[in-house]
Amino acid sequence: MLLSIDLALIVEKLVLIVVVVMSSLVIAMYATFAERKVAAIMQDRIGPNRAGPGGIFQPLADGLKLFFKEEIIPNFSSKFLFILGPSLAMLTAMMTSAVIPWGDTVTLFGREIHLQIADINIGILYVFGVVSMGVYGIMIGSWASNNKFSLMGGLRAASQIISYELAMGIALIALLMVTGTLSLKAMVVGQMDGYWNVVKQPLGFLIFLICVFAECNRTPFDLPEAENELIGGYHTEYSSMKLGFYLFAEYINMFISSAVMVSLFFGGYDIPFINDGHMVEKIGQNWMAVAHVFMFLFKAFFFVFFFMWVRWTIPRFRYDQLMNLGWKVLIPLALFNMLVTGAVILALQ
Amino acid sequence: MQALTNRAKPVDRRPMTLLERAYLPAIFKGMSITFGHMFKKAPTISYPEVTRPFSPVFRGLHILNRDEEGRENCTACGLCAVACPAEAITMEAAERQPGEEKLYREEKYAAKYEINMLRCIFCGLCEEACPKDAIYLSETFAPANFQRKGFIYGKEDLLIPNPVTEPEAYAKAKGGRVVVK
Repeated sequence: MLLSIDLALIVEKLVLIVVVVMSSLVIAMYATFAERKVAAIMQDRIGPNRAGPGGIFQPLADGLKLFFKEEIIPNFSSKFLFILGPSLAMLTAMMTSAVIPWGDTVTLFGREIHLQIADINIGILYVFGVVSMGVYGIMIGSWASNNKFSLMGGLRAASQIISYELAMGIALIALLMVTGTLSLKAMVVGQMDGYWNVVKQPLGFLIFLICVFAECNRTPFDLPEAENELIGGYHTEYSSMKLGFYLFAEYINMFISSAVMVSLFFGGYDIPFINDGHMVEKIGQNWMAVAHVFMFLFKAFFFVFFFMWVRWTIPRFRYDQLMNLGWKVLIPLALFNMLVTGAVILALQ
Repeated sequence: MQALTNRAKPVDRRPMTLLERAYLPAIFKGMSITFGHMFKKAPTISYPEVTRPFSPVFRGLHILNRDEEGRENCTACGLCAVACPAEAITMEAAERQPGEEKLYREEKYAAKYEINMLRCIFCGLCEEACPKDAIYLSETFAPANFQRKGFIYGKEDLLIPNPVTEPEAYAKAKGGRVVVK
């Protein structure tokens, strides 16, 4: 009896993992398409519109192209590490999705299914741990390429991510002091009844947002890639699907970090201005969960759009500007935010 | 030193103020600009499906004209070849045989008529030189080919469709071009 329940749990979780991983892959695929379309629209162009109606099959064509390209592993590179790099980048990008609460529970086949792969009580620390691993993918890949431009890109990525992780962590501590929990699910539930955390922690959110841009290597912090200085940076030597993995990992990272930001600061799957209790009575719990998932995705997509919007607006920072901003502005600001939050919490007690 | 014009502007090298160093106001300003551009109409013309309207005096690829009965106008007088500054036109004349009256309007015609489109500069002087209204420049443009020899257009490429047998193709080839004499 015990075994049968466990088996059902394993199947349930497996299905959930496959669904989440596949949908984040598809979303990342279409994020590449969206990036090009957003760029085009913001620059008064039309953008890709030839493959299928409105260019809807463009990502498939891009993917096919990458698969059919010749796969080149440079002779002077370390083969094992060269392949490990993009694999690690992809793996860490996908792993973060495990702790994100996509929605509430649904009841299917007499089972209560939580729309979250793993509700671990240190969820946000897990996210941090995995995200910091992400830089190894870039570093290993750039080191194994045995190319000075790649190495420069890798170095920049490493120093940038380490610098901004500090400010990000400190900004998060202030948030943790407000919410009093490390579990993402508990944070979302906490925001459903009260205000969203962005109201309580606006400065913390701003710092977090800027650091997320730096962590994802997105413009204005895309120094590791820097096409015009480093000819592509860490993925200069990569071709075919290994290059595709790097590019894909960037978009998955973007989507997942949007999802994390939504869970942390924007109420997760909470539908604003709607009393969930009344809605559940009206349409039932399962449909409510579906509505929640859509709300969550809507918010996450808005942030993905925001990433692109910023990318097509502002140019890249200079390296010294990047370091100045990270160490001399964001970290003191985050510390200040933490102190003020602590003082306010103490005063309210 | 004396400035040549009075338009020189001194460069502002003052250190950035706190507001400027915060970057955020400038970023918001920039983002509102890009957001505004999202609602602008793209000036793109989706080329093969949509074409740009040309001026009525546009000079494109040449056409050898026929009269209303479908007879070739050209008499191979060679004035176009003489007028051509790029020396792109060559031709060979032939005499009309009895029974060919429906094909050629006059007693002499061009048996071979070639224009090298790589040499042609589309100046339209051939059109001005022609006393028989036999050659004119159409609205068609952008010839494409894999080989250089493909750009040497013979009579079969240049001749307008017969207005008697293919009136629609004739009208299309003729186009709306206004010939300014």
